[in-house]
Amino acid sequence: MPNFFTDNHDLLNKFETLDLREIVALCENQYSQADEFPDAPHNYEDAMENYRKILEITGDIAGNYIAPRAASVDEEGAVFQDGKVTYAKGTREALDMLSKAELMGMIIPREYGGLNFPNTIYMMATEIISRADASMMNIFGLQDIGKTIAQFANATQKQEFLPDFATGKYTGAMALTEPDAGSDLQAVKLHAYQDEKGNWFLRGVKRFITNGNGEVLLVLARTEAGSKDARGLSMLACYGDETIKIRRIEHKLGIHGSPTCELQFNDTPAQLIGERRFGLLKYVIYLMNRARVGVSAQSIGIMQAAYEEALKYAKAREQFGKAIYNLPVISNMLIDMKVTIEAYRTLFYNACLWLDRKEFYELEVEKAKLAKKPNPEMNEKFKEANRVLTVLTPISKYLLSEASNKVTYDSMQIHGGTGYMKEFSIERLYRDARITNIYEGTSQMQIVGAAGSVINDALANYFNMWEMKQYKGTLTNLVESLKEIRVLFEESLRYVKEKKDVSYQDIASKDLVDMYSSIYVGYLLLDEANEDQRKIFIARRYVLDALAKARKAQETIKSELYSDVIHSESILL
Amino acid sequence: MSYNSIVLVKQVPDTANISGQVMKDDGTVNRAKLPAIFNFEDRVALEFALQIKDRFGGKVTAITMGPPRASDILRECLYMGADDAYLISDRKFAGADTLATSYVLSEAIKKIGNYDLIFGGRQAIDGDTAQVGPQTAEKLHIPQITYAQEIISLENGKVRIRRKIEGGYEILESPLPALITVIKDAADPRPFKARRVMAYKNAKTLMELEKLTESNSLLYIDQLVNEYTTKNLYIRTLTMDELQLDAARCGVHGSPTKVHKVESVVLSSSGHQAIPPTKEGMSKLIDELMHDHILG
Repeated sequence: MPNFFTDNHDLLNKFETLDLREIVALCENQYSQADEFPDAPHNYEDAMENYRKILEITGDIAGNYIAPRAASVDEEGAVFQDGKVTYAKGTREALDMLSKAELMGMIIPREYGGLNFPNTIYMMATEIISRADASMMNIFGLQDIGKTIAQFANATQKQEFLPDFATGKYTGAMALTEPDAGSDLQAVKLHAYQDEKGNWFLRGVKRFITNGNGEVLLVLARTEAGSKDARGLSMLACYGDETIKIRRIEHKLGIHGSPTCELQFNDTPAQLIGERRFGLLKYVIYLMNRARVGVSAQSIGIMQAAYEEALKYAKAREQFGKAIYNLPVISNMLIDMKVTIEAYRTLFYNACLWLDRKEFYELEVEKAKLAKKPNPEMNEKFKEANRVLTVLTPISKYLLSEASNKVTYDSMQIHGGTGYMKEFSIERLYRDARITNIYEGTSQMQIVGAAGSVINDALANYFNMWEMKQYKGTLTNLVESLKEIRVLFEESLRYVKEKKDVSYQDIASKDLVDMYSSIYVGYLLLDEANEDQRKIFIARRYVLDALAKARKAQETIKSELYSDVIHSESILL
Repeated sequence: MSYNSIVLVKQVPDTANISGQVMKDDGTVNRAKLPAIFNFEDRVALEFALQIKDRFGGKVTAITMGPPRASDILRECLYMGADDAYLISDRKFAGADTLATSYVLSEAIKKIGNYDLIFGGRQAIDGDTAQVGPQTAEKLHIPQITYAQEIISLENGKVRIRRKIEGGYEILESPLPALITVIKDAADPRPFKARRVMAYKNAKTLMELEKLTESNSLLYIDQLVNEYTTKNLYIRTLTMDELQLDAARCGVHGSPTKVHKVESVVLSSSGHQAIPPTKEGMSKLIDELMHDHILG
């Protein structure tokens, strides 16, 4: 009877140590619903008890119901026949169970039947579900569609859509990508037009749409005829009715349970969500940033599963007269995996906290505006949270998805030849992990997204603060290491800036982002190690490794390694 | 037409997760060393009742007889969707066998009243007797159908049930009210519902409220019961006095069953014999099996 919440000591530790006091108070509007709804919390402790209980239920369903079905879901996959998509049996059963447990509307406001949870808790649930079956996360995680509607739609639209999202009757999809608009969404062509009464309709094609067979779709469409850029795009909601023809679903390497659809919209009736022309600039950016956080949660869930498999196998497999777990080379690999997972889980939940801050501060700012009582202090807090999140969202997505690939790779390596076979689940995890650093923006795009802030040293205040802080015992040595990484980063950055060579800077961005993020993660780990003896191991290995890598990165940049790209035509024959 | 159901549930030791020190030297179970869980077949019984509520409407009431800590499973009944829950608890109920238990349960059911159906699991995993359901039906003078797999229909004051029998199934019809015991694969119990968990996590029985008053002299039990009742968080608690029971029929005094001795039986073979695949061989085998009362 594994419970994927209570059996995960590190996730439990995060749950217990994260200080959500301010967030929960805002999320619960100072606990003002307690008299109106029996499930609304009375205070912070009450809310945390709620979250714990619901995560326990999630962990129970994930461990005992979803995980045992993951292999058959992968084998069977979502099926496309006669224009219809059918989920694998295990997917249907799991969705049914999650709906009955009322877990499909975790972040939908309570008045629409949702649980009204902060993002951080929802992301913990997402990690737990992803560990059980990565492909289930692609449907579970689409609760973000409901959240986006809750955030930007008008009252009538919210009433129309949200209650059915909350019960799990509706699943969603975000229809953004087109054959010629992938990473470059400004190029979206799908046409939205109005009839004489002002009703909207959609016409055109979308591709690679996760859960495109969902009941409600949020579509990025060109409402301004003749426009070419992002300012001509709006976001519309429509039902997945018969006017949408599903042309095919993709045959993918992994996440087989999640159907990836090509959709043809044939004058599909739709409703404008929010304001015209802000489709990409405001709403889709909001949705995509959330989706990136979701994929980070998926990445960590897959990593956790891969680590568990490796550990179990290493303890059971005997060679040379002992379990391979006892071979230093193997235990060293396992430690690397564990340190990676714990370090990035720390980064991830820190990013989630900033996401919650940003969203709830923003709501407060808007409330103050409506009440004509400006709140400059909250305004500043919102701006700061937004600034930090602008760095942390792409950095987490980049680091966690890459790490998910590395950890599943190493886990398969520990399994040896057996791991390459279908009998063990590691080959599935390995395939499932592969998409995480591709979709919702490739790692290369995440680096571009983070680079601006990194070059502007956006987290400098935090680094300065940490450098002034007193750490216990040997941790002070690690602080010195982090200071050294910072110097290496600054030297590298100066070098790159002085070159004034845009392509060199683009290529070096990866090294710069790597160095910069390792300082941030390093200090988060030192903070944990300061309170928890065991975490010293995690901090030590992470920081020493980061320092070695930073030295190499700095040398790479200064050695002009990348200047041969101008000769690419001669090299790439 | 709606139907009201009462569901008999029991908290049992988790016999699937037995560790050391579970058996005392005298052969009785050391319950403190065993995690307590919701008897699975009773969860299936609750699922049956909830499905009837989903289809026809009506009320589902869960009741358990047990020690104060059995309130855990009553909260779990509320999490799954039960409208009401009763704890039937009294020190004088301790040591009850199936006869005493079914006496107390039947009296409690009479007091609660207003039911069309009573559901219970086929048996509990601790005693494995499968007697409490049938005995309760007998004491209430209502029909019973055991080993139910499926409710085929419920109409015109009659329930039609498919029940498992050796080698197959049979379909029985019974007038209402009736008592039905269900087997474990009859239905998948629904999960706890998130919003109900949050709403009912602080639901408390009389004993739990009494505990609160012990640690805080400013609290009075009647006040607390009222307060919890108003908030819909009081798990109604029935004691022996409240049920006006005959003490001689309750607990250890009302239980003719006495455990003489518990021993661990290990079956082992002491040898084997070859039987030739001939007519004579086969008839010799059959004779021997009949002689040992394995056949016939």
